[in-house]
Amino acid sequence: MNDIAVHQFPVLIVTTGVFSALTILVVGLFNRKLCYYIVLFTTTFHFVLSILTLNHVLTKGRIQYWLGGWRPPWGIEYVVDELNAYVLVVILFLSFLGIVYSKRSVEKEIDERKHPTFYTLMQLLIAGCCGVVVTGDVFNLFVLAEVASLSTYALVAVAGGRALRASYNYLILGSLGICFYLLGIGFLYAVTGTLNMIDMKILLQNLYYNKMVQVAFVLVLVGLGIKAAVFPLHTWQPDAYTYAPSAVTLIMSTVVAKAFIYALIRLVFSVFTIDFLKIYVDAWSLIPVISAVAIVVASILAYRQNDIKRMLAYSSVVNIAYITLGISYFTSHWSLSGALVNILNHAIAKGCAFAAVGAIIYKTGIKDIRNYAGLAKKMPYTSAALLIAMLSLIGLPPSVGFVTKFYLAIGSLEVQNYLMLAIILLGTLLTLAYFLKVIEELYFKHSENNAEEAPLSMLAPTMFLAILCLAFGVYWLTGIPLDFVEKLVTVIR
Amino acid sequence: MIEEFLEHYNYWTSVLIIFIGLYTIFAKNNLLKKLLGLSLVQTGIFLFFISLGDIGSLQTLGIGEATPPIIWEEAEKRGYLYVNPLPHVLILTGIVVAAATTCVALALLIRIYKEYKTLEEDEIIEMEVERGE
Repeated sequence: MNDIAVHQFPVLIVTTGVFSALTILVVGLFNRKLCYYIVLFTTTFHFVLSILTLNHVLTKGRIQYWLGGWRPPWGIEYVVDELNAYVLVVILFLSFLGIVYSKRSVEKEIDERKHPTFYTLMQLLIAGCCGVVVTGDVFNLFVLAEVASLSTYALVAVAGGRALRASYNYLILGSLGICFYLLGIGFLYAVTGTLNMIDMKILLQNLYYNKMVQVAFVLVLVGLGIKAAVFPLHTWQPDAYTYAPSAVTLIMSTVVAKAFIYALIRLVFSVFTIDFLKIYVDAWSLIPVISAVAIVVASILAYRQNDIKRMLAYSSVVNIAYITLGISYFTSHWSLSGALVNILNHAIAKGCAFAAVGAIIYKTGIKDIRNYAGLAKKMPYTSAALLIAMLSLIGLPPSVGFVTKFYLAIGSLEVQNYLMLAIILLGTLLTLAYFLKVIEELYFKHSENNAEEAPLSMLAPTMFLAILCLAFGVYWLTGIPLDFVEKLVTVIR
Repeated sequence: MIEEFLEHYNYWTSVLIIFIGLYTIFAKNNLLKKLLGLSLVQTGIFLFFISLGDIGSLQTLGIGEATPPIIWEEAEKRGYLYVNPLPHVLILTGIVVAAATTCVALALLIRIYKEYKTLEEDEIIEMEVERGE
């Protein structure tokens, strides 16, 4: 592949994504059936582009693209290094599967008249998230984050009824989070006079003791923390995940959450850098405490739920806490690896779980786990996928969830923090406790109901993700990709 | 103290607006008022950004009033300073984003009102509990 062509790919993914969204809106006026295929085609195309980008980044080094040819401190720059490219592939891979999955689910859950606008928003959401991941400009990140967020608010509300208030809460809190982020970059702009991430990192080096920079750090952390649903700021998330249509929950839990946790990691490690964190290590040591509390409290809350989607939503809070726990021990190589690897691992496992749950809702309408009895016989493949996803989230070897916990456990030994090890083990036990409730109903109770297996277009992505849960678990553990993880960690150190 | 306050009165005003907005978001029960609060927070942030571009407030440093950022030969001859236009451009984008957010929120509020015939959050929650959701 021509090098110059590859340099255009990041910007192409974002621009063609937005363009495709507008096309869908226009095409939708004439032909509603075609809309879905446009999204499917665009996402597949973008996924291929992202793979080529990752390949280029891994073999030839990072990509920098200047929009409109304006040089970095003035113009907007798109920078793709190993970490970006990896998250971009994860996001587009799961969007692709999510879109394949959404066809039947959307046909059933959403009025046919609304399909064009639904897919327009879906496409805007994906394009916005890709933009958040590839951009190297803090203000551009704000704009693209708003593109993604506004589409998400509307998509959550599609179902109507109870979803409306969930969406409204999400809108108020999410916009407030973005506002904090904007205020934070306003402070950074006031002291550095630049908006480019690389430039800002260099200019900030002499300003680490500046009060403006300290406040900006807190504002950015809180702002992006709200968007990524980091523990005490997660309150919008369970409602939004529960009442959104299945396809939207699938995309939100895998694509949106990952894009924003990436933005958080990027801002903290690439703009403020580890040197900044080392100065304020006392304040930063609050983060592992918060993460530990999050793992315990969110697990207990998950245990109390009977609605499967809400339970999985709290499980997402726990998994985001694993990521923040990983990045909080930035001195440990393994701990950071665990956090970064969990971006993929959690996306696969949670994507699989939400896909299987969506398939069950599609066929039977059951959302309450107390009615799950006997489903394993009627829907064997979906149930198997759900089982594998739950075992992954619990952390049974050789699944992906085990890898995360294994890396984090080694990381805790590396920094000699045995309390963290205990928290990881406790988290595993609590996860086992709440998923055992589901597994028990699903596999060990019998009852008669006339459910049948989900359609192929929903089953295939679900099964594929279930297989990946195990395949990636083996892959991460065999030692081959450690070189790759090494590269990811070097980016943020 | 008072001079310092007066010199930076625009920053103080933006802080005041942001805090009024935050208070409205968290203290008010009416969903529409929460949206007003959010708009206030956004406006406060815009005011802060626009103040950043202004050089006129630095008169104490011996720098004169800055002119608008328009190329004007006379000004260049006299050595006038320009106001930094970048924050203004950023806020132009920010205003569009804020308008879009408000639009989505208002659309949602219309749907909520049609569904529940009220915008008071506690009444809506009560109705939800009654419906057994």
